[in-house]
Amino acid sequence: MTELIWLAIAVPLAGSVLLHFFGRFLKEPLPGVIASLAVGTSFVIALTAAIPFFEGGAHGETVLLWEWMPAIGANIEILWDPLAAMMTLIVTGVGALIHVFAIGYMHGDERFHRFFAILNLFIASMLILVLAGNYAMLFLGWELVGLCSYLLIGFWFRRHSAAAAAKKAFIVNRIGDLGLMVGLMLVFTAFGTLSYAGIFDRADAELTTGLATAIALLFFVGVVGKSAQIPLYVWLPDAMEGPTPVSALIHAATMVTAGVYLIARSAAIYELAPAAQVTVATVGAFTALWAATIAMGQRDIKRVLAYSTISQLGYMILAVGTTAYVAGLFHLMTHAFFKALLFLGAGSVIHAMNDEQDMYKMGGLFKKMKVTGITMGIATIAIAGIPPLGGFWSKDEILAAVFERGGYFSFLWVIGLVTALITGFYMARQFILVFLGKPRWDEGVQPHESPRVMTVPLVILALLSTIGGLTNTPIRLSLEHFLEPAFESITLAHPPEETWLLVVIAALSVIAGLVGIGAASVNYLRPREDWERWEGGLEPVWSWWGQAYGVDEFYGRTIVAPGKRLAEVTAFDIDIPVIDGAVNGVGRLVRGLGAWIRPLQTGYVRNYGALLLAGTVVILIWLLVGGA
Amino acid sequence: MIDPGWYMGLAAVLFMIGALGLLLRRNALVMFMCIELMLNAVNLTLISAGRALNDLNGQVAVFFILVVAAAEVVVGLAIIVSVFRLRATASVDELSELRG
Repeated sequence: MTELIWLAIAVPLAGSVLLHFFGRFLKEPLPGVIASLAVGTSFVIALTAAIPFFEGGAHGETVLLWEWMPAIGANIEILWDPLAAMMTLIVTGVGALIHVFAIGYMHGDERFHRFFAILNLFIASMLILVLAGNYAMLFLGWELVGLCSYLLIGFWFRRHSAAAAAKKAFIVNRIGDLGLMVGLMLVFTAFGTLSYAGIFDRADAELTTGLATAIALLFFVGVVGKSAQIPLYVWLPDAMEGPTPVSALIHAATMVTAGVYLIARSAAIYELAPAAQVTVATVGAFTALWAATIAMGQRDIKRVLAYSTISQLGYMILAVGTTAYVAGLFHLMTHAFFKALLFLGAGSVIHAMNDEQDMYKMGGLFKKMKVTGITMGIATIAIAGIPPLGGFWSKDEILAAVFERGGYFSFLWVIGLVTALITGFYMARQFILVFLGKPRWDEGVQPHESPRVMTVPLVILALLSTIGGLTNTPIRLSLEHFLEPAFESITLAHPPEETWLLVVIAALSVIAGLVGIGAASVNYLRPREDWERWEGGLEPVWSWWGQAYGVDEFYGRTIVAPGKRLAEVTAFDIDIPVIDGAVNGVGRLVRGLGAWIRPLQTGYVRNYGALLLAGTVVILIWLLVGGA
Repeated sequence: MIDPGWYMGLAAVLFMIGALGLLLRRNALVMFMCIELMLNAVNLTLISAGRALNDLNGQVAVFFILVVAAAEVVVGLAIIVSVFRLRATASVDELSELRG
């Protein structure tokens, strides 16, 4: 079955091509059904191929499909190991559910088929990324998912803000990609190949600490862009301009986790660069806290989730920086479940509220939308880290592993703990503002539960969010065993051995989450005037949070504005006078010369004849008298 | 046998008549005839030179010139006819649109 794993990429790719060219001949919802089936097929293929890993002990295998550039180790080849299998299952599994949801959400859109064509292309690209057997192919997938992200954020490109957000996401990611690209060049200089097999086996013997640190940090620049960490996270909140299923699939569950995957995949390099690991962990921890505080002050239901995603990605980056790779990937998985659920739930709410996204205009929706309400409630508890739901086990494993490292990492652990508290606060705040309290709807809004095609994926994801955490509990480390063959030669950070310490750490993070939830409940279950006065009482801090610390404006002043100024100077002060001047000057010169000899062309045939004759005579005389 | 110099002289005269006609006349048709005259003057020199030097190349060249001239006549006359249809005149002085 392993030899056929390329089909997992090929099927959605074929679906995408089919829908691109023939989708417009198909009636809604057929394109959505085809796309969903393609991703579902992919999932089944991956599941079948992963059976040896579930049975345990099986090692990764590289499947060579086509010799592309063998000289630099860049072939079309698939590395099928537990890590790739896990990522593939998440991407296709969550992806299939979101495809189904989108059939309902995109109902009536004039470019319905195009949406699913790009969505399928995204799945194929993401699978290229995670299944790649070398860095060249990974980079190919890395850029392709960026393209799909751009296309989907700007899907409603007639709206100016959507087009601008798509552009922003693409450009900010390009900054990160530059780092990754330079890192890949360094890798090639060091090893003479880009193939995983040729690099990871030799890294230990051939890589100096300095070079390893440089490569690791350059890779991390790419990660910072793709996985939305400080300082390049600014594109992700704006990416919410895309349709909600896109936010769920690409900007929460899968694409943004590519950075976590890259670091986990490159663990052999990061292991040789302790300084880079500390940097990674620090950036992750601070991003988690930074974004969580911003999430508290948001009014837009999707923006809360966007900053929450950045914050949770910070946790994952913190984990992989601490070398707790399994914990990071575990959180990646549980986060994929509950964050996809939260986004889809938010989509369901937005759908019901006639595209209203302001939480201050919601409230009391629970009675109208029971399924959405209950499933989103589960996701809220899961992300807040309350046992026994998914988020608890994974977040706790990260925090425990960070704590166990001690020293400087204890400080990061405190940050993680504070973030857990804030997470509980903003998630509970969101849930209460949307579903509880008195309705604050605009006139004419008639909320209603979404159709079955949207609620069924919600229910499945709620189930996964509930039990997903049980795949890796301290009692039964299934995921860790599953991933073991992928991290054989890597020293992994583990939670402490002592049970009492483990329990204390877990209790602390649960208490933090509960305190957050409790504070939000006490506050936001009051009448609107009271909590609005409370928010006003926190000025000016509350406004800083609401406006995301003004980072966008800061970037606008320090980077975008000078960049525009530079463009203007080159365009109007250099390009037009100098470059265009030179080109136009040549043109003017030729035209002047032409004007000077133009009178020769009189237009009278007899003139030409006379000149012809005169010329002949001159030549004749020359021949007869002196020449030749 | 007549001295080839006479033929050469005749050809020169014919050529000069053609050339002057080309320069002095305005009617496209007449100018065209003058060109033919010049061509045939050249043909005459080739023939007589070939005969005087006992070389067949002169006559061969003339055949080529005849064929090319015939083709040229077709094209030239066609142009003149269509110009006439368009402008109702064959005076070349009125066809000076190509003045620079």
